Formats: sequence, C-alpha cells, structure tokens
Amino acid sequence: MSNYSYIFIMAAVTYAIRVLPLTLIRKQIKNRFLQSFLYYVPYVTLAVMTFPAILHATQSKISGAAALVGGIVVAWLGFDLFKVAVTCCGIVLVLELFLV
Amino acid sequence: MSTDNFKVFRKGMKDGVPIALGYLAVSFSLGIAAKRAGLSSVQGFLASAFCLSSTGEYVGFTLIAAGATYLEIALATLVANARYLLMSCSLSQKMSEGMKLRHRISIAFGVTDEIFGITIARSGYLNPFYTYGAMSVAIPAWSVGTALGVIAGNVLPLRLVSAFSVALYGMFLAVIIPEAKKDKIVAALITIGFIASYAASYLPVISELAEGTRTIILTVVISAVAAILFPRDTNEEAAA
Repeated sequence: MSNYSYIFIMAAVTYAIRVLPLTLIRKQIKNRFLQSFLYYVPYVTLAVMTFPAILHATQSKISGAAALVGGIVVAWLGFDLFKVAVTCCGIVLVLELFLV
Repeated sequence: MSTDNFKVFRKGMKDGVPIALGYLAVSFSLGIAAKRAGLSSVQGFLASAFCLSSTGEYVGFTLIAAGATYLEIALATLVANARYLLMSCSLSQKMSEGMKLRHRISIAFGVTDEIFGITIARSGYLNPFYTYGAMSVAIPAWSVGTALGVIAGNVLPLRLVSAFSVALYGMFLAVIIPEAKKDKIVAALITIGFIASYAASYLPVISELAEGTRTIILTVVISAVAAILFPRDTNEEAAA
C-alpha cells in the first residue's frame, strides 16, 4: 500500500470533517446525545493516546512518566501549548542525562 | 483584497506567529513519527500541509507504520479528528449568512485547535481574511517542521529524539488539562481514559487488537457512556 494513498485518504477524511459542517450546517446541533458525545470525544481520545504511550516514547519509562506529570502540572497552571510541550521535552532531556 | 481586508489579514498573520512557533516544535516531533512510519520528508511535508492535524496525523502515521488497511486509516482519522466537526459547527455560527461558499471551503482547511481558538475569539461576524492571515504563517511552519523532523530525526542524537518525542504528548496535555480544570466530568473521563488505555494494553483479546483500533473502541465507548450518563447542557457553548 502506497504512502501517498494513505496520505490522500487522511487528507480527504480530515478535510471532509472540517468542510461539511461549515458548508452544510447553518444551525447549532440540537441532539443532546450527539452534542455531548462530540464534546467528550477529543478529551477521551487524547487521553487514551497519551497514556501509556508516553512511557514508550522515551528511552526510559521514568523520564516518560515524569514528562507526563510535569506536563499535567504546567498545563494545569495555565501555560500555553508551546510552553507545555517544551517543558515535557526539557524534563526528558535533563532526566535522561542521569538515567540513560 | 481591499485595504481593510489587508489590515485584517496582517492582524491574522501577527496572531499566527506564536502559533507558528509552537507548530514548528511540535511538528518536528510529528516528523519523527512520520519517519518511523517510513515516510519521506516530502511525504511528511504533504501529509502535514494537507491534513494539518497533530492527532489525526499521529494516529495515521502509527497505523501506516503498522501496515493498516485504508479503511482502518479512514476510520481512525475520522475518530481522531471528530473534534474538528464540533469546531466547524461552532464556527459556522460565526459566519454571516452571506458568507461566500469559497470562503467557507477555504476556512475549513485551517480549522485547528489553535486557529479555531483565535478565530472564535474575534468579535462579531468573521472576516475570513483574519483566518487566512493566521493560516498563511501557521501552515508553512507546520509542514516545514514535519519535513525537518523526518530529515533531522535521523541526524539528531537519540537523547534529543527521545526528548522531542514527548512534545506531542505535551501538546495533547495542553489541550485536555485546561478543560479538565474547568469540568470535573472531563477530568474524570481523562483519568478513566488513562486507566482504560493502560488496562487495554495488557488485557487478553483487546491487547491483541491494533493500537489504533483500541483507541477508536475506547474513545467511542467511554464518550458514548459519558454522553448518556452526563449529557451536556444544550444551552452551553459546546465548542473549544
């Protein structure tokens, strides 16, 4: 299976999701279940993808776990996306100087 | 472009700069994932330029690496990007009824967490040129960053690759944690998501499924149960 076909499918599906509501739906979604489901989906899917995957992304599980905790703390304190991402990287970089 | 529209475009560009800087760093780690999936730098560039979605692309790359079928990729992309459906719904309320179709289909291209965030924060009906301005700096940064990740993921010492790899998870946390702080149900769902995902990687049968399939199943089940047990107040602003 070709990488270009994969990319084309990803791009087509992603764009369809974005363009259909903007062009077709002119009013707010009224169905309460659907609205609630769509509201919860991003948070659940991002959580499921973050853990335990973050533990395997790094060379040491300890640094991955520390990046998770550090990232949660910094995000909780209200720092923006860029700073949270940099904090996680920094934690791994420093810890792995000692761990690996 | 009229003078007014040009001013609005430049304002959009200015607001897009911090987004572009963040994208550059995060997309670099995405490029490392693309590299792992066997994508070239050109393919990484194209995937990012046309998908413009950290979660969706990351899931896609993971599945490509696993040799998934086209259907699996399509379904996983759909689930991973479901939030854009909501954002686009919300954004449609921000457009005047007279908004031209060509503007609607162009803005749709740039519906990301961050661009959506600054766009929805504008007062009154949207001038599409604001969003175009932000897109004009953010999209190149995202695409070039991914290509650089594919190229330099190779050259960089393992220590740095390891550090950059968590940037994406940091970004995910930056999206979910502020909402968890505001909403206890979301906080509980994130905790359940962590535990369920951890359990699913060890439990018999389900642990044998592909990672992307597991993600889809867990997301749909947890979100649907939550939507039944804790339906949202429909009057509340649903998006963001």
